[in-house]
Amino acid sequence: MTGLSLTTIGLGHYLALSAALMLIGTVGVLTRRNVVVILMSVELILNAVNINLIAFSKHLGQLHGQVFAIFVIAVAVAEAAVGLGILIALYRNKGTVNADEVDLLKW
Amino acid sequence: MMGVILFAIFATAAIACAINLVLQRHPVTSALSLIGVMGSLAVLYLLLGAEFIAAVQLIVYAGAIMVLFLFVIMLLNAGEERKIPGKSMVSKLIGLPVFVLFLGVVAYLIQTQYTHAGSPVEFDAFTGGGPREVGMALFTTYLLPFEVTSVLILIAILGAIVLARKEID
Repeated sequence: MTGLSLTTIGLGHYLALSAALMLIGTVGVLTRRNVVVILMSVELILNAVNINLIAFSKHLGQLHGQVFAIFVIAVAVAEAAVGLGILIALYRNKGTVNADEVDLLKW
Repeated sequence: MMGVILFAIFATAAIACAINLVLQRHPVTSALSLIGVMGSLAVLYLLLGAEFIAAVQLIVYAGAIMVLFLFVIMLLNAGEERKIPGKSMVSKLIGLPVFVLFLGVVAYLIQTQYTHAGSPVEFDAFTGGGPREVGMALFTTYLLPFEVTSVLILIAILGAIVLARKEID
C-alpha cells in the first residue's frame, strides 16, 4: 500500500491536514501586519497541534493525547487573553495595531 | 464510507477557511473564518472519537476565544489592512520554491512513514473519548499538571487585567 488511500481515512490523512493548517498559520504569522490576525494565526497553529495529538491518541488507542490536547487548549486560552491585553495596552500607547509601525525595540 | 465523506468535506472546509483567514484584509472576516476552522475541526474530533474535546473545542474556541477576539476588534475599531507596496518580489522568488520544497518533503514523509501505520480511523468506532474517561485521566494520572494549569490561568487573568487596565495617575 503506497500513498494516501482514498477509501479509508488513516493517520496519514490527519497528519497531512495538520501540516497544511500549520503551514497556513505560519504564512499568516509571517505575512500579515495586523496583530489581531497574527494572534488568530497562532491559534491556527495550536489547532494543528491538537489534530496531531488526537489523531495519535486514536491511532495508539490511548487517552493521553486527548488529555494533552486539553492542556494545549488551556494554554491557548491564556495566551489569547494575555496577547489581547498586550494589544489593548499597545493601542492605547501607540494608537496602532500594525506590526510594522511598532518598532520600539528595533535597533 | 461515511467517515471518508465526512472527513473530505470538513477537512476541505477547514483548509478553505484557514486560507480565507490569511487572505482576507478585514479582521472581522478573518475572525469568522477562524470560527469555520474551529467548527470543522470539532467535527473531525468527533470522527476520531474525541467527544469531550469536540465539545470543549466548540465551547472554548468557537465560543469564548472568538468572542474575545471580536470584542478586541470592535474595541480597537480596526479597519482594513493597507497593502504595503514594494519588497514583495524577493519574498515571492525565495518563498515559492521553499514552499513547494516543504510540501514535497511533507508528502514524502507521510507517504513513506505513515501509510502502513495500523488500522484505519473509522467513523464511530472509538470508545474512550467521553467526559468520564477524560475526566478520570485528568483527575488521577494528570492531577498535578491539572492543578498547575489553574495557576497558569490565574496568572493569565491577573496579567490581562493589569495590561488592559487604564492607568490612574
